[in-house]
Amino acid sequence: MAVKQTYLDHIAHNRRVSVLLMFFMTALLGVVGAALGAAWEQPWAGVAAAVVVAGLLLLASYYAGDSAILAMSHAREIEKKDHPQLFNVVEELSIAAGLPMPKVYIIEEPAPNAFATGRDPQHASVAITRGLLEKLNREELQGVMAHEMSHVRNYDIRYAMLMAVMAGAIVLLCDFFWRMAFYGGLGGRRRSSSGRGGGGAQAVLVVVALLFAILAPIVATLIQLAVSRKREYLADASAVELTRYPEGLASALQKIAGDPTPLHAASRATQHLFICNPVKKLGDRDSVFSTHPPISERIARLRALASQSQPATAG
Amino acid sequence: MIGLWIALGVVVLLALIVAGMYNGLVVLRKQVDNAWAQIDVQLKRRHDLIPNLVETVKGYAGHEKTLLENVTKARARAMDARSQGPGEQIQAETALGGALRGLMVQMEAYPDLKANQNFLALQEELSSTENKISFARQHYNDITTNYNTSTELFPRNIIAGMFGFTPRKLWEIEDAAERQAPQVKF
Repeated sequence: MAVKQTYLDHIAHNRRVSVLLMFFMTALLGVVGAALGAAWEQPWAGVAAAVVVAGLLLLASYYAGDSAILAMSHAREIEKKDHPQLFNVVEELSIAAGLPMPKVYIIEEPAPNAFATGRDPQHASVAITRGLLEKLNREELQGVMAHEMSHVRNYDIRYAMLMAVMAGAIVLLCDFFWRMAFYGGLGGRRRSSSGRGGGGAQAVLVVVALLFAILAPIVATLIQLAVSRKREYLADASAVELTRYPEGLASALQKIAGDPTPLHAASRATQHLFICNPVKKLGDRDSVFSTHPPISERIARLRALASQSQPATAG
Repeated sequence: MIGLWIALGVVVLLALIVAGMYNGLVVLRKQVDNAWAQIDVQLKRRHDLIPNLVETVKGYAGHEKTLLENVTKARARAMDARSQGPGEQIQAETALGGALRGLMVQMEAYPDLKANQNFLALQEELSSTENKISFARQHYNDITTNYNTSTELFPRNIIAGMFGFTPRKLWEIEDAAERQAPQVKF
């Protein structure tokens, strides 16, 4: 019961922070809208436009964020006949977790990694790279997929998906305002010689651009923290709860950690989704800004579970 | 007059409480049925895989007659037991699982067989089905324990007795190796 309570609390927490994240995004766009509107002396029109944009963005990221992330990662959906073993393993774990069968994707890359995404367990997808698929035996694959299914069950996927889309949107906006400030600057100079308002609009654009320039790295840091150690440790522990075989995941993590191949499908916006950090291969250096706990620590915790009692025979 | 109203209020309140408990039990029983249906899907799948497996193995290890016959017989018995209630079915399926495991262990000694694509595919399907059965069984036992407790605790046990909510049988794990599971702590 204690375990169940832990993950039910965790689900509730994830739902809350997901809503908070959406509010934050709307508020942020609202401020930008007000600033832009102010430049043309109609702040409320700016806010209204921004709220509409935010609404559309949030709807799109909630309902299509997973497709966007999968497309960005060049993931291809597979059927059972494409890889029966992978499909079977995922099906087994969805039964174990009492969840519907997620969609299964393969990323054609040699770097070993995997992630899960979606808005809830009824609309979830798991993706794995070809490299990882070829490296792992059945027990290890089961461990990795159990970790991903735990993220699905815990609603980590919803929060991580919104975070990824939001990071992407902020980077885009930042880029957009820099360009506007730059080209607006040229136009503004011409206008300021003939009329008045143009200079004010340009100044606001520059301020907004600066704001985003400051904000982008902060958001990047937020993303780093979005996947806290707690989330990953909890997913590791829940994975063991499902498979009853800690060594499977432990040796899979070891294989992933031992492979230096970089993953091209991952970006700053999506790095936190993966089972092991695909961007920075700095090894085991642990810091406040790490998206993932050090792998050696995760493996140590799993092996500690294994030694507590003899593992059950792995099917 | 006021006394009548109070009595009426008490009766309505009681009826609501009874209805609430009854509905709760119905929901739980439905969950148990669903969990059992999930196991059943996998058991059927196991039955469907066996004839194919026996045929494939015969070609390479025809002299393992007793093992093959054991599996075939256990399958036939398990299929008969489907209509004889969960107790019989669980027993027959456990026996079939044991017979299958025995066969698969013995097949490790045949390298030719282990190179056969058809056999490898069957082996994957079979071991996956075994895993699905054991995961579905875990789920069924959790749900059923929950339901059984509900039918036994006061005051629900009165409602359960009145409307025939009988406790369901758990699928106990007989294999000692399967019984042990690591403890999970956070």
